[in-house]
Amino acid sequence: MNDMRFTERNVDSTEIKIRAKNVDVFYGETHAIKGVDVDIPEKTVTAFIGPSGCGKSTFLRCLNRMNDTIDTCRVTGDIKLDDEDIYDKRVDPVQLRAKVGMVFQKPNPFPKSIYDNVAYGPRIHGLAGNKAELDQIVEKSLRRAALWGEVKDRLDAPGTGLSGGQQQRLCIARAVATEPEVLLMDEPCSALDPIATAQVEELIDELRARYSVVIVTHSMQQAARVSQKTAFFHLGELVEFGETGAIFTKPEDPRTESYITGRIG
Amino acid sequence: MPLLWLLLLILAIAGVGYLLGRNRALSSAGGEIRKLHSLPSYYGYNGALVTAVPAIIFMMIWLLIQPILIENRTVILIPDDAIAEDSTRDLVMSDVRRIAEGLDRLIAEGALSATEIGDLRTETTDIREMLGEVGVALGAEVQPAVLNAALSYRALRATSSMWMTICVIGVAVLGLAMAVTRTNATFRARNSVEAVILTLLMLASTLAILTTLGIVLSMLFEARNFFNQYPWQDFFFGLTWAPSFSGRGGGSELGIIPLLWGTLYVSLIALLVAVPIGLFAAIYLSEYAGPKMRAFAKPLIEILAGIPTIVYGLFALITVGPLLRDYFAEPFGLGNGSSSVMTAGVVMGIMLIPFVSSLSDDIINAVPQSLRDGSFGLGATHSETIRQVVIPAALPGIVGAVLLAASRAIGETMIVVLGAGAAAKLDLNPFEAMTTVTVKIVSQLTGDTDFSSPETLVAFALGLTLFAITLGLNILALYIVRKYREQYE
Ligand SMILES: Nc1ncnc2c1ncn2[C@@H]1O[C@H](COP(=O)(O)OP(=O)(O)OP(=O)(O)O)[C@@H](O)[C@H]1O
Ligand SMILES: [Mg+2]
Repeated sequence: MNDMRFTERNVDSTEIKIRAKNVDVFYGETHAIKGVDVDIPEKTVTAFIGPSGCGKSTFLRCLNRMNDTIDTCRVTGDIKLDDEDIYDKRVDPVQLRAKVGMVFQKPNPFPKSIYDNVAYGPRIHGLAGNKAELDQIVEKSLRRAALWGEVKDRLDAPGTGLSGGQQQRLCIARAVATEPEVLLMDEPCSALDPIATAQVEELIDELRARYSVVIVTHSMQQAARVSQKTAFFHLGELVEFGETGAIFTKPEDPRTESYITGRIG
Repeated sequence: MPLLWLLLLILAIAGVGYLLGRNRALSSAGGEIRKLHSLPSYYGYNGALVTAVPAIIFMMIWLLIQPILIENRTVILIPDDAIAEDSTRDLVMSDVRRIAEGLDRLIAEGALSATEIGDLRTETTDIREMLGEVGVALGAEVQPAVLNAALSYRALRATSSMWMTICVIGVAVLGLAMAVTRTNATFRARNSVEAVILTLLMLASTLAILTTLGIVLSMLFEARNFFNQYPWQDFFFGLTWAPSFSGRGGGSELGIIPLLWGTLYVSLIALLVAVPIGLFAAIYLSEYAGPKMRAFAKPLIEILAGIPTIVYGLFALITVGPLLRDYFAEPFGLGNGSSSVMTAGVVMGIMLIPFVSSLSDDIINAVPQSLRDGSFGLGATHSETIRQVVIPAALPGIVGAVLLAASRAIGETMIVVLGAGAAAKLDLNPFEAMTTVTVKIVSQLTGDTDFSSPETLVAFALGLTLFAITLGLNILALYIVRKYREQYE
């Protein structure tokens, strides 16, 4: 773990953006998440790490109610965004997802042009008053996702025609364009080369100034580089949650230690 | 030997080929499957295929050529004076074939033995009556020369089929021998079986193409006869459809425009009914309906597709027609007949709903869930997601479904006859009776027809035009789909 370079460890904000208490998730009979409590602070990057299949994506999807789209999925417990229960009947999941954006594990660009992909959210939510503003939003989002240089001459080309890594950045641009308050990123760099990864990490760091970001990653180095808080999941349970520096330097739980030193997983 | 027995025999030899090929391969590898290039069963299949396929092909070619050769050799046996004045050589030849067939039946029924048949004389036996008893009716008394020809025809056929049996079995055995000698551990049986399968698949596709070509050619041939008798300008640009019924020719006006207009008008109304309803039903079923509702409603809609079109026609005739007349046409002063383009169009639209809905439903279901998730994840509502992501992604398939429905609509006949009538007319009023190309094809070909008059032959020109239109439609569909795919894949 000597190659890890920690960013400034101090969490800028102590305000809690999302408060999850005693969350359980079931897929039919499968108990995928077991009594997880997590507080995700405002203006912070929180990393979820853990072995494959431990429930990171599942938990992430609870935070913007994406699990609603899976018929067999059942979520119990208590998740509050700004002290409002997001599973309350009065909450419109559509409204919620506009506030809590998501980048999915597998890139899923729409079968539309690159421009229309990025402009999708702003159009739906009426974020741009006119074409020029929309153009600006699209350019800014693509720049932030480190994709602008590669696609600026072919904004009309289909988004599905991009390479895997480009598609992943397109999906990041698409999510950023909607200006969410919380951004959930499920392994956003899994198909990116080191340069693009560095650019996305830069974006994440930049987003931290205004939003809270939750990132799922399999790269310990990445978690250490970009996050201030880290949650370690194992077999559906939250094993350890705390300051990233603490988790990586002096983990309390032996399972955490085995995982970050490469013995589980 | 009857053909069936011969075929079974070939298959039996092929079975032997399978066993020999398999065993030889195994023994040449010392019983170790790992040392073989392919699995043992491939050597078996190779043996069976090399035995059976050339033999069967050989047999088919023989069967194709045999009748031609025998005809040629029989026809010269008929002297010119054996052909009656009002007859032709072809007609006499068909008599020869029928007599030969009758004689076969006589033998089969045991009424005559093979030697007795050789001794038959027209002078001593009434062959016409004898054949009549076994159900072969002849137009005239059998002449000696014709009987002779028939006898030699039978004899030739018998020899030929004997030689065929021998040769076919020979080819099969040869194939067997070749397959077995070629088989050893390093022989690439798998590849050679693959090659045979590939050929089979190619043959199947060529057959489909050749059939289409054959249909087009036969239509073209008859249509050319029509255009020899009737000017094409009048056919394609004529605004009146008024064939003279006497069939004596002359005075007919055979313009296709009123019929095309009727076809397009009815189809348009049908699609206006079917496309929105079918598409909305598909969207509801695939996007909103729960699994229970889906399991119940989908088959129910598909039942519509199983109703014979004549039943739809009756529905148009006795229910929809009068209804439209009483509540729309008459109150608004648009017409007073129950047969109308509207009636046929609406009923045809109902018929097409399941085509559009069922296909679109499958296509919408095939849109990956990840696209919907992506849209939901950006805060889009369900209907925004459907309109902006799901439908555009499914569009090529939906266009295909609609064009398929359009082809059905253009080719539909029964509903039009009963719903819209049979009067060719050029009119904009949808409550007027009109008719379509298909209806007129049927009416020109039913009843007393004379295949040399333009009134009858026009049916082929109409059919060809229809074919060209549906072909164009399909090409258009392919073009749209491909263009769309290029853009989004
Ligand atoms: N749609 C689903 N239906 C049923 N079970 C599911 C579904 N999605 C996930 N699971 C199960 O829930 C558990 C957690 O899966 P999840 O996708 O959250 O893992 P993950 O931590 O994101 O893994 P990875 O790192 O491989 O992405 C797994 O055991 C998985 O099999
Ligand atoms: Mg995952």
